Amino acid sequence: MFPAKELKRSLLISIWFAFLTFPLMVIKVDPIARTVHYRWDNMFFIAIGSFTISILAKVFILRKERIAHSRKAQKTASEPFVQRILREPRFLYPLCLAVLVFALVFPTIFSTYQTNIMTTALMYVVLGLGLNIVVGVAGLLDLGYVAFYAVGAYSYALLNLHFDMGFWAVLPIGGLFAAFLGIILGFPVLRLRGDYLAIVTLGFGEIIRLILENWNAFSQGPSGIANIPRPGFFGMEMSFASGIVYIYYIVVALVIFTIFVVNRLQNSRLGRAWLALREDEIACQAMGIDKTKTKLIAFSLGAFWAGLVGVIFAAKTTFVNPASFTFLESAIILSIVVLGGMGSIVGVIFGALILILMPEYLRALSEYRMLAFGGILVIMMVFKPNGIISNVRRSYRFKKTSSKQVVEHE
Amino acid sequence: MSKVILDVKGLTMNFGGIKAIDTVDLTVRSGEIVALIGPNGAGKTTFFNCLTGIYTPSFGDITLRHARKNQETRLNGMKPNKITEKGMARTFQNIRLFPTMSVLENVMIGRHCRTRSGIIGAIFRNPAAKREEEEIVEMSYGILKKIGLHKQVNEEARNLPYGAQRRLEIGRALATEPFLLLLDEPAAGMNPKETEALVELIRRICKEGHSVLLIEHDMKLVMSLSDKIVVMDYGKKIAQGTPIEVRSNPAVIKAYLGEDVDDA
Ligand SMILES: Nc1ncnc2c1ncn2[C@@H]1O[C@H](COP(=O)(O)OP(=O)(O)OP(=O)(O)O)[C@@H](O)[C@H]1O
Ligand SMILES: [Mg+2]
Repeated sequence: MFPAKELKRSLLISIWFAFLTFPLMVIKVDPIARTVHYRWDNMFFIAIGSFTISILAKVFILRKERIAHSRKAQKTASEPFVQRILREPRFLYPLCLAVLVFALVFPTIFSTYQTNIMTTALMYVVLGLGLNIVVGVAGLLDLGYVAFYAVGAYSYALLNLHFDMGFWAVLPIGGLFAAFLGIILGFPVLRLRGDYLAIVTLGFGEIIRLILENWNAFSQGPSGIANIPRPGFFGMEMSFASGIVYIYYIVVALVIFTIFVVNRLQNSRLGRAWLALREDEIACQAMGIDKTKTKLIAFSLGAFWAGLVGVIFAAKTTFVNPASFTFLESAIILSIVVLGGMGSIVGVIFGALILILMPEYLRALSEYRMLAFGGILVIMMVFKPNGIISNVRRSYRFKKTSSKQVVEHE
Repeated sequence: MSKVILDVKGLTMNFGGIKAIDTVDLTVRSGEIVALIGPNGAGKTTFFNCLTGIYTPSFGDITLRHARKNQETRLNGMKPNKITEKGMARTFQNIRLFPTMSVLENVMIGRHCRTRSGIIGAIFRNPAAKREEEEIVEMSYGILKKIGLHKQVNEEARNLPYGAQRRLEIGRALATEPFLLLLDEPAAGMNPKETEALVELIRRICKEGHSVLLIEHDMKLVMSLSDKIVVMDYGKKIAQGTPIEVRSNPAVIKAYLGEDVDDA
């Protein structure tokens, strides 16, 4: 039943793994006693462990293939439960309402601490939805997304420092700055594809961070900018706690706004062009779609959301420094999109909540966050390449007799 | 004689040292069905790629004259999307649909270059944008009806049978409102019944005012359908004429059957 070839492969993998981890896990140098311990039992456990994991993974893959096979044979692929709910307005609208009410009463039920964490998570929802336009919908792998986030944050910090501008004035400006930078960067970069685009955007993200770190006269260097004011509410002074609740509501409003806009964009002429561009660039051009322009719009729209969230981030933490905008941030946001489901709004929301809230509540895990990200992403890619919740396709229905369409909608 | 809508003069395409196309002339007149034939590797697809802007030709001139408007464009070096906007659309030899988009959406993409609405229209769904979107859906559905795929509007394109995918590619190209349609081996992989339906479809398309330039290996189809045949071999045009002229042309027979058939 289980192919011998696979057994042999797993055996090789485990031996290789034991060999690779040998210096780390087996050798232990005691610098004081000047002795070297060999912990051979560790090697044994690692070999057994990696062998088991490799076998289990293979079994899962084989089973999945078999299921996929039999499903293809029947050709009546049953729609997943979640998808059915998302398709039915009868379920969807009450569900949205319930979530909305919960979001609104959240600060009154939970502590300030919890509210603060939730605010962070919701900010990542917006970041995820923004990057989703670029990566999920238009298929442009952008590894330097955090640069636009940084631009938003520093817009507020600097404009406030030098020109004493308030949060509400800078909010749109920060977004527009980021979008503008997206266009400037996009021009040279967007003629690249796939891996090349990823590498260049990665480099760009690092360049922005290094500029912020080293151009002291402009950005005050690694020490950052402190004492950034929180958002004002008609000039009213607020206590620390109510300030946090206030920001929470601002972010909730931003999430709703983002979902609304992104949803409409996806279901438009522009959104269709993005999808088509993701699927086949040459066919797209041959059908009369301006590749460069369409990509640029996606890129700068994605950057716009990052800019907005950046401004909020600066206002929330009242302090920005370059260390907040490392590649790790980009990686987290990208993980949110991939894990949640490329191109799927609900998926990205779930992805953000899971990836941001989980480490907060499982503090023990947070040290292994990077490891967990890697592991989760690999597992997702293997078992659920479309993400937790894949995109629901809009379908159209037509009356038999006339060509007039009757119902259409998500 | 009707107006020349596509005029290719001395087209040459070099790939490094290889001359994939060597000074080829070709004209298509309004209302004509012209076939481009030749053995494998003759350079037919490359010829299409030069016309549609996917490759920039090394030498030569490509001129497109609009069938109804008084508009003349030199296509050399133009971007593919601009060329499509000018009124020439194509299909691909190796089907290039948008596989995970629905059948209807595939055709709707074809409407892109004839519609306007952008970000503002998408977000606010103002009356103009809404009307435009409805028109896109309606017209695309009409095209699907014409090519006989209106029962599968919401099916993913990749799930269609092969013949239907080829027809969908034609439908998608039609949605861009071309006056000249380029078809690269539209009957490849079709069974005789599907091929027959395809011939019908191409005739109908032609009657509706589109001109057609097609590449095809199916000689029965080519002979019955085309007004003019152009034969290529090793990148050169070796013959041109009506089906009857081409069929009896010794150079063509030699290209297709090899050297020693002179007195066959
Ligand atoms: N991008 C390219 N780079 C180098 N050589 C190419 C390129 N594209 C095509 N060629 C060469 O040009 C020649 C013509 O190829 P083309 O695909 O146009 O032939 P074809 O007539 O369409 O053949 P078929 O009937 O098999 O489709 C071939 O020898 C091919 O190898
Ligand atoms: Mg070819």
